[in-house]
Amino acid sequence: MSAETQYPFTTVIGLEVHVQLQTQTKLFCGCITTFGSPPNTQVCPTCLGLPGSLPVMNRRAFDLSLRAALALNCKIALFTKWDRKNYFYPDLPKGYQISQFDLPFSYEGHLEVCDPKGAFNPRTVRITRVHLEEDAGKSMHDETAGTADSRIDLNRTGTPLCEIVTEPDLRSAEEARAWLNELKLLLVYLGVSDCNMQEGSLRVDANVNLHVPQENGRIAKTPIVEIKNMNSFRSVERALIYETERQWGEWQATGAEIGSMPKQTRGWDDSAGVTRGQRHKEESSDYRYFPEPDLVPVTVTEEQITEIRSAMGEPPSVLRKTLADRWKIPANDAGVLVNQGPDLVQYFEDLATRVGEGKVASNWMQQDVLRTLNERGGNITDFPVKPEAVADIITRVQKGDFDTSRGREIFASVVEKGTSVAEVVAGMGIAAVDDGDLRALCEELIAENPKIVADVKSGKEQAAGGLIGQAKRKNPNVNPGKVRALAIELIQALP
Amino acid sequence: MTLTNRSAADLASALQNCEISAVECASAFLDRIEVTNSTVNAFLTVNREGALETAEAVDKARAAGKPLGPLAGLPVAVKDVLCTTDQPTTCASKMLKGYQPPYDADVVQRLRAAGTVILGKTNMDEFAMGGSNENSAYGLVRNPWDLERAPGGSSGGSAAAVAADMAPLAIGSDTGGSIRQPAGLCGITGLKPTYGRVSRRGLIAFSSSLDQIGPMARSAKECAMLLQAIAGHDPGDSTSLNIPVPDYFADLEKPLQGLRIGRVASHFSEGLDPEVAEHVEQTFATYEAAGATIHEVELPHETYGVPTYYLIAPSEASSNLARYDGAHYGHRWDGTPSDEKGITDFDSPLVEMYCRSRAEGFGPEVKRRIMLGTYSLSSGYYDAYYAKALRVRRLIRQDFSKAFENVDVIGGPVSATPAFKLGEKTDDPVAMYLVDLYTVGTNLAGIGGISFPCGFTKSGLPVGFQLQGPALSEPLLLRTAHQYQQATDWHLKRTAAFSS
Repeated sequence: MSAETQYPFTTVIGLEVHVQLQTQTKLFCGCITTFGSPPNTQVCPTCLGLPGSLPVMNRRAFDLSLRAALALNCKIALFTKWDRKNYFYPDLPKGYQISQFDLPFSYEGHLEVCDPKGAFNPRTVRITRVHLEEDAGKSMHDETAGTADSRIDLNRTGTPLCEIVTEPDLRSAEEARAWLNELKLLLVYLGVSDCNMQEGSLRVDANVNLHVPQENGRIAKTPIVEIKNMNSFRSVERALIYETERQWGEWQATGAEIGSMPKQTRGWDDSAGVTRGQRHKEESSDYRYFPEPDLVPVTVTEEQITEIRSAMGEPPSVLRKTLADRWKIPANDAGVLVNQGPDLVQYFEDLATRVGEGKVASNWMQQDVLRTLNERGGNITDFPVKPEAVADIITRVQKGDFDTSRGREIFASVVEKGTSVAEVVAGMGIAAVDDGDLRALCEELIAENPKIVADVKSGKEQAAGGLIGQAKRKNPNVNPGKVRALAIELIQALP
Repeated sequence: MTLTNRSAADLASALQNCEISAVECASAFLDRIEVTNSTVNAFLTVNREGALETAEAVDKARAAGKPLGPLAGLPVAVKDVLCTTDQPTTCASKMLKGYQPPYDADVVQRLRAAGTVILGKTNMDEFAMGGSNENSAYGLVRNPWDLERAPGGSSGGSAAAVAADMAPLAIGSDTGGSIRQPAGLCGITGLKPTYGRVSRRGLIAFSSSLDQIGPMARSAKECAMLLQAIAGHDPGDSTSLNIPVPDYFADLEKPLQGLRIGRVASHFSEGLDPEVAEHVEQTFATYEAAGATIHEVELPHETYGVPTYYLIAPSEASSNLARYDGAHYGHRWDGTPSDEKGITDFDSPLVEMYCRSRAEGFGPEVKRRIMLGTYSLSSGYYDAYYAKALRVRRLIRQDFSKAFENVDVIGGPVSATPAFKLGEKTDDPVAMYLVDLYTVGTNLAGIGGISFPCGFTKSGLPVGFQLQGPALSEPLLLRTAHQYQQATDWHLKRTAAFSS
């Protein structure tokens, strides 16, 4: 069942996403942008907003944001300018943010999201605009001391920030979460942003209201609420579900429609699982935008667009298909791999190249590598077992040194001990069983199991399976397939 | 003849010929400042020690036969709107009392590289907002020609310093006339270069799209010397022009035969002091005698210049001055309850700190302009005020382009009157704003303008003449002024009260 038919109303959601661009330096000065440095160590007169300081645009940041806009199928403005957004806050040292107001560098794009399990229909979400601006610093309020002391860290001030605004095209919390995942994946693949929500490099606000069909055919619309303070995609989903239900309750109680009150901002309280109204005063800000006189307008040529487009690489939506075709793996496998991000795809392709068989490599990825990765947490780049080690195990299985389940034990052991495959194999006493030894073992088993011998002899070959478990108990290194084949051969040869 | 009575050009050659040392030269001016500054109040900071150190280094370098630029060892006064690492930079505001910038302005870097000796920082209208230098938090500046009169502003300290022989050269900044008007009222020469010719990096912003730094000196030739040192592209200022700097001396001596000078009839309508009018007309006659031709031109939108300027400049200022919030540097309210009337109901302790810090740190004219600018940028008013002002600005720019199709430069008065009495206009902001009538157009159009003395009133006050030229016409403006100064000696006159 589609999410949009669960309720007697349609949920209408639009998103506003801020992503920090992965540049070495800030948008208007040469300060580096590394996360987590000691407070106020990555600053200069410009990002501190000292008297007389001036901004100079970082073209690399601009090009990176062009890449994002092109990947979001946006139109690119060939002439764009900067504007000042004026407001007072201690983490905004100039008293204004350099942003883009009426002439964003890109507009009118779209990004589609599909659910492979079909929980919702494919949804194309229109992008209203994408613009570039500088980030503010961080305020840290020392609440423990009770002195209401606030501390300001301006390391983040001036970090390039792309703002992506969608049309209200999403119809459920689930869709919103899936779309955000797709957006994040796209930006990570393009190297535009690391989209790390914990470090604040991706931030989401959501606008939501309900469209309620009336008996007379009119569609009643509930007041739009903007939700802030969501720090994970899961929070976005939960907040939207909560807010949908809250608005439905409010609608039933009051019948209040859009326009009957000013747009409300509500903050998401993750631990309480509720949204709470924020003070109205903060919403009626007048930012007094005007063109930034310290910067010159930016022009973009068709050649520059072509150049950026050609250097862009495959977006995830295309990569899913090319990966499936290149390695002859099912679409679902490719989807799972691509959704894990470019580092994992690279891991897979490395493994698949070494193994020479896409499907086998994909199976190991899905069943072993990914499962272990999920259990352990962390990034594939820090994963202790490298593709060559996994390929080594697979190759030994293919050679018949041991079976797949034994291979998995070895894999788990390599993960756990952090040693090489060869060491684990040696340590477990695993060695290929010599043909003579295998024959002796099978003969021993035939002598000990007259019932199985009789069954096999009478045509029930599957009875030979009973010998395999016994063989493994006698010698854990035996290859079950070989045991089975040889035992049957020997039994058939019996008089 | 004492050293301080000599022109910068004269001092430069004396320094080069080792007739005087840079230390002697600097000492003479520093001593002169010590005697005179208590009366004139042209300097906010005097950097005696630093100046003498620099002078000594120049003397050593010269003695060692190192190649030195033409300005090496020449003293210069710098308006306190430019960041200097070795001296406080206050913009004549309580807000920046004692503020020590961590970097030098581009112009200051260039002055240091040229070997000039920075004597100190000159007084000004607070944040360069004003036309009389009465808006300084550190006391007004007196006009050396008449101590009861204003020197003009906002670069009043720089103009008075040159007029009173406290410095042979000075740096000013001009947003709506702040170099040219005080130069005119103090009987010196001042040039506002084309927007972007001189880097604004380290110039504390008043109105970013109008501000421009320029030279002030006794003569056009000395302005050329100083401009040569400070002009040029700066990658750190996005609005700086990446166009080679010409040799400002190359054409200086070329006669004016065939030069077409524009005259705007409306400049001579009511409001223009008759004595000023007479000297200005006389100047046109001098030019004609020198072979130039005078042509009537029209600047139909010039009358809208002042209102346009007083929307654009305060709008940008309201944003530029938002950073002075007491949170990071500069003046902060110390938390003691204020007896000042006004708002007492603050949203939060933070907002109270902002409001009280700004209320205490800024003077009345700065507050007035912040309010004007905030209003004109506010939603609902933007289109009627700021956006409309931008459209008029384009028309004013077009007026100049059109006029320059027929003439090479436009001449006229700098100010409608000679120096006015201190306190005369302080209660009437609009009257004060009108002192910029003839000068704001240059800034709105982003072109160049120069002002120089063209006579004296019967009561002995200097009268200024302004030339405006197209973008990057500095060589022509300097040459036109220099040729006039070759034919006249107004620029050589010294004040009786303050001759050294």
